[in-house]
Amino acid sequence: MTDDVDRNRRHFLTVATAVTGGAGLIAATIPFVASMKPSARAQALGAPVEVPIGMLEPGEMIRVIWRGKLVYVLRRTAEMLSRLAAVTEHLRDPGSEVVEQQPEFAVNEYRSIKPEFLVVEGSCTHLGCAPLAEFQVGPAEDWQGGFFCPCHGSRFDLAGRVYKGVPAPTNLRVPPYRFLREDLIMIGAESGAA
Amino acid sequence: MARIESEVGTRAGAVMKWIDDRFPFSETMKYHVTEYYASKNFNWWYIFGVLAMVVLVIQILTGIFLTMNYKPSATEAFASVEYIMRDVEWGWLIRYAHSTGASFFFIVVYLHMFRAMLYGSYQKPRELIWIIGMMIFFALFAEAFAGYLLPWGQMSYWGAQVIISLAGAIPFVGDALVEWIRGDYSISDITLNRFFAFHVILIPLALVALVFVHIVALHHVGSNNPDGVEIKNKKGPDGVPLDGVAFHPYHTSKDLVGIIVFLMLFSAIVFFAPDMGGYFLEHANFEPANMMATPEHIAPVWYFTPFYAILRAVPDKLWGAILMAGSVLLPVFLPWLDQSRVKSIRYRGWIYKMALTLFAISFITLGWLGLQPAEGTYVLLARIFSVIYFAFFLLMPYYTRIDKTKPVPDRVVYHG
Repeated sequence: MTDDVDRNRRHFLTVATAVTGGAGLIAATIPFVASMKPSARAQALGAPVEVPIGMLEPGEMIRVIWRGKLVYVLRRTAEMLSRLAAVTEHLRDPGSEVVEQQPEFAVNEYRSIKPEFLVVEGSCTHLGCAPLAEFQVGPAEDWQGGFFCPCHGSRFDLAGRVYKGVPAPTNLRVPPYRFLREDLIMIGAESGAA
Repeated sequence: MARIESEVGTRAGAVMKWIDDRFPFSETMKYHVTEYYASKNFNWWYIFGVLAMVVLVIQILTGIFLTMNYKPSATEAFASVEYIMRDVEWGWLIRYAHSTGASFFFIVVYLHMFRAMLYGSYQKPRELIWIIGMMIFFALFAEAFAGYLLPWGQMSYWGAQVIISLAGAIPFVGDALVEWIRGDYSISDITLNRFFAFHVILIPLALVALVFVHIVALHHVGSNNPDGVEIKNKKGPDGVPLDGVAFHPYHTSKDLVGIIVFLMLFSAIVFFAPDMGGYFLEHANFEPANMMATPEHIAPVWYFTPFYAILRAVPDKLWGAILMAGSVLLPVFLPWLDQSRVKSIRYRGWIYKMALTLFAISFITLGWLGLQPAEGTYVLLARIFSVIYFAFFLLMPYYTRIDKTKPVPDRVVYHG
């Protein structure tokens, strides 16, 4: 028993041990990685919320929380709606073509179910700051009113559509919502029982 | 100082021998302290490594005492910090020392890194020391970022919102990754809780381990010096480098002076200007986190602002994130980007001197720009200086090769 080591066998055993052990190690990381995902409680708190909108005056906006996210509900005046067409040439995605940014029902010129009521997430698509409501026209030449992000200067129009030449890549996201009544919406659910 | 070597015949010597037979105590002390020879011509640029260790100790000590009263929960965090400030005896001192320590850590580490660039300390054979050092720098970034969320103020909340959202710029997996990091659909109690775990366990452990490895690597190859001369190439008959003096007691006693001056400065800030006019503790952070409204003017703490200015200089989400990551990562490759045959700035030509000056100016200016609103001239300036920043690294292989260097002496020399 001096030098008659079967090196092939030894190599095979080394590799086999390393691969098996490695696979076990990787499998063992799964519970730890998964434990960092949103927990059952966090998911439950993400349930839909009902928002009464009857008290909203034309031109008024409220902020609500759904899934810990800020959601803006703006009742646009007819005059505000008329400004939407004026900015189209300055926008990156005027036709709401980026599919993930809104449910199908909001793929229209107002990005809403009823033209009057705009429901968008108040989270800039750049890095998540809450855009400020700047509804007046000007002073910038192309500014027709909308949302301005104070963090990095991204601009969105009164339908949450992003301007060209700003760091935000896409329009503000429209959450799933539906009208339960004329004066009550549910955010977080497109259909199904209340 | 007590003698470390075992002295035969004395009781202390016998105890020492008993230990040394079981643990390489004397051997380790000799190797790393009493017989570690570093160049005798160190100047004050060489104090910052030691000072970084001092700050690490301050941060760990104050941090331990802060955790005794801090509560990592969204409903209690802000109030528990106020509680530490008002009701805990000496709590204000411990907390201000910790918050001031964070800024001082970066001051000291930035100067320590600049020293390496001045004297070519990252060049062969010290590439690994530099890379480990960069890993320490990244760990420090992560540590500072996680720690900044803990007071749960407005800047904590929205700063974390912005930085975590950066991960969302990664194509395809970005959104899922952001959700995984937060553990929720927004920054919440859950996020705060895990950032606390990162800040007090995960990253400090990594930091201490990395610092240990940094020093092991340093003591293996030996310290560089302001002349960039390898002192190990010229040894006396006793095997000791002719230009080296023992780390202890020679360098330690000199370092002690530096440490005392440093602590005077540190105390002055802790006692008289703990918020440093809004630079060390941002004013918006004295308001509890409010997820309904972003502060009008949002800026990270000063030590992140050079990279933040680069992010904002780019009017595109993905490219902004890529360039920012690039600006942080590029220095890692310095040992290979630098093709110069000499280490120290003393023997380099005018091109490198000019390049390094421009780099320092652009780094500081970007830092200032990162604190200004992202508008008009500021954005234009940020773009110009971002280009200079990247050019310094990317053109380095070229200009260090053509730069006319001076002859390097065999042994270290004194300059004043």
